[in-house]
Amino acid sequence: MRCLRKHFSRKYLREEVLPTPFCPGCFNGVVMNAMFKAFEELGVERLKGYVFVSGIGCSSWIPSPHIKADTIHTLHGRAVAVATGVKLAKPNLNVIVIGGDGDLAAIGFNHLVHAARRNMDLLVILVNNLVYGMTRGQASPTTPEGMRTVTTPYGAYEPVMDVAELIARTNANYVARWCVVNFNQLKNSIKEALSKYSRGFRFIEVIAPCITYVVRYEGKTPGQKIKELMKVCRPNTETPYGRIGILKAEDKPGYLDRYFEYVKRATEGDKGE
Amino acid sequence: MRVEFLSGNEAVAKAALDSGLKFYAGYPITPSSEVMHYLARELPKNGGMFIQSEDELAAINMVVGAALAGVKSMTATSGPGFSLMQEGLGYAVMVEAPIVVVNVMRAGPGTGQATKAAQGDVMQARWGRHGDQVVVVLAPSSPQEAYDLTVKAFEIAWGLRVPVVVLSDEFVGHGREVVEMPDKVKEPEPGWGSEDYSKPPFGSDDPRKPPPLPPLGEGYDLLITGSTHDEWGYRDVHSFETHFKLVKRLKEKVLGNIEKVFMYEYFGDDEADILIVAYGSMSRPARTAVRRLRATGFSAGLLKLKTLWPMNYDVLRSYVKDARVVIVPELNLGQVVYDVRIVAGNGTVVVPINKVGGGVPIYACEIVEKAQKVWGEVLEEALQP
Repeated sequence: MRCLRKHFSRKYLREEVLPTPFCPGCFNGVVMNAMFKAFEELGVERLKGYVFVSGIGCSSWIPSPHIKADTIHTLHGRAVAVATGVKLAKPNLNVIVIGGDGDLAAIGFNHLVHAARRNMDLLVILVNNLVYGMTRGQASPTTPEGMRTVTTPYGAYEPVMDVAELIARTNANYVARWCVVNFNQLKNSIKEALSKYSRGFRFIEVIAPCITYVVRYEGKTPGQKIKELMKVCRPNTETPYGRIGILKAEDKPGYLDRYFEYVKRATEGDKGE
Repeated sequence: MRVEFLSGNEAVAKAALDSGLKFYAGYPITPSSEVMHYLARELPKNGGMFIQSEDELAAINMVVGAALAGVKSMTATSGPGFSLMQEGLGYAVMVEAPIVVVNVMRAGPGTGQATKAAQGDVMQARWGRHGDQVVVVLAPSSPQEAYDLTVKAFEIAWGLRVPVVVLSDEFVGHGREVVEMPDKVKEPEPGWGSEDYSKPPFGSDDPRKPPPLPPLGEGYDLLITGSTHDEWGYRDVHSFETHFKLVKRLKEKVLGNIEKVFMYEYFGDDEADILIVAYGSMSRPARTAVRRLRATGFSAGLLKLKTLWPMNYDVLRSYVKDARVVIVPELNLGQVVYDVRIVAGNGTVVVPINKVGGGVPIYACEIVEKAQKVWGEVLEEALQP
């Protein structure tokens, strides 16, 4: 019998809840793996001091219940708001939001864009699977035009929302978009967003087409889709999913830096008239 | 003792600060904005966090996040904003987040009359969420009570790990009176008290005792979810047992502590013939009415409800059973009157007085006239052969 070494990511997982409930071939696993590799390379042995906040949707199940850390599974779309509350209440915690396109770009977009405008000290990972995967693959704001879903049976006709580009236009510090096939770049981005750019709003969009409701509807096998994505999603090129690469990397003062500046004004003689 | 001339909204804000408030998120809305104005000025100076959120959905969810992180947090709103917060309130019930939500009531529905007082949100405060849940609803009738009940709200929220709604109204919020405040308020300690975090954070053997919630970021690997969960927070969205046990415990946690939660005052004759049941700002003309009725020889009393939910029907029944006439003046089309009807026997006539809009109160003379008229009818009927 072969003695198998435990996979390195096991130390970040609640082993009792495995296996994950994701469909076979789901790209959520790739996102998880990239994140864990980033932690591993950063030398994080235990995720103490990290809080993972997620909303409702397939990708929201990445942290809850799988990641062995404090995880908060919130209402649909409200993850960024709850994360803001946690971060402001306990500024020393590292707060990471993971959500899907429905969660963050549709019902929760108001919170997302305002957190970005505030340059709130959060890392937000948007797993863009192009549909509402959990509820049977309805069209989302990022569903490509022409795609047939249960709510667009004759082909989606609404223009697509370029979430990363929109967030890059705000005051956010760090914005990147990668496809699951750009694994190393994605991992490095997460690493960067937790080390070099550790303040302000950091946003990483991951293109991860839903295996069940996008790839199968296209009549492709997961293998064929991955091959196609590898051809299409080359770093620093325009793709049907928007520009792939790092869209913005700055290190401006984050919300908390500015708030503490403001507090200083309040306590040092400014009467606030 | 500190004495200040405060509006109800300022009194709420002051009480919150005195109770250890360290996080406020809110969205401007009339007539509750003064709570926010006061805290915008004071919180940054007192080591707290103040944030003007993008909407009420964000406000309540930020407040829940801060409460889960172990910080005293609050938001204040009115009418439409309170409707938006219902989703977040339901979530707070499920994850047992100790939050305080102030709703300074105005005339609705819709945008209604933003600057005019009303008491139309009683049923919404009680039942606004989907699913089975209990929150605590307190109704102050004056700036003094706004202060006292907000202190109480923090005590209950942190003692029971339950959201508490302070249901103020425009009259109370904008009315200015002398408020007496103690020099120091004891900061509410979590009722679960013990530092023994080896116990499950979402379950307890005695449903009346809230389970302990370990702080975030200390390595307890908390699993918090708004979906149905077991006592350790593991999601279980299929089994009957887990869900039934959870919602029953969440209800029992509050109802089992009804003695601590249910507050009221009685003024007037013992076993009065004419009983007035009132709450919030309308308990003030009701008090005047009782005084006038007693001065003209009637046996009258006022039961002022400070807690509107959960209702202690035993207490309500004990006062209503002796009365021949019960008058319920409300600035709405009839909400708390249903509670009185539930406990009233056949021999008791329940008479609502309803008025709403334009910032017009129910005047004491209207209550007196109604009481005398109905009392006359009752007597006439009793004297008929």
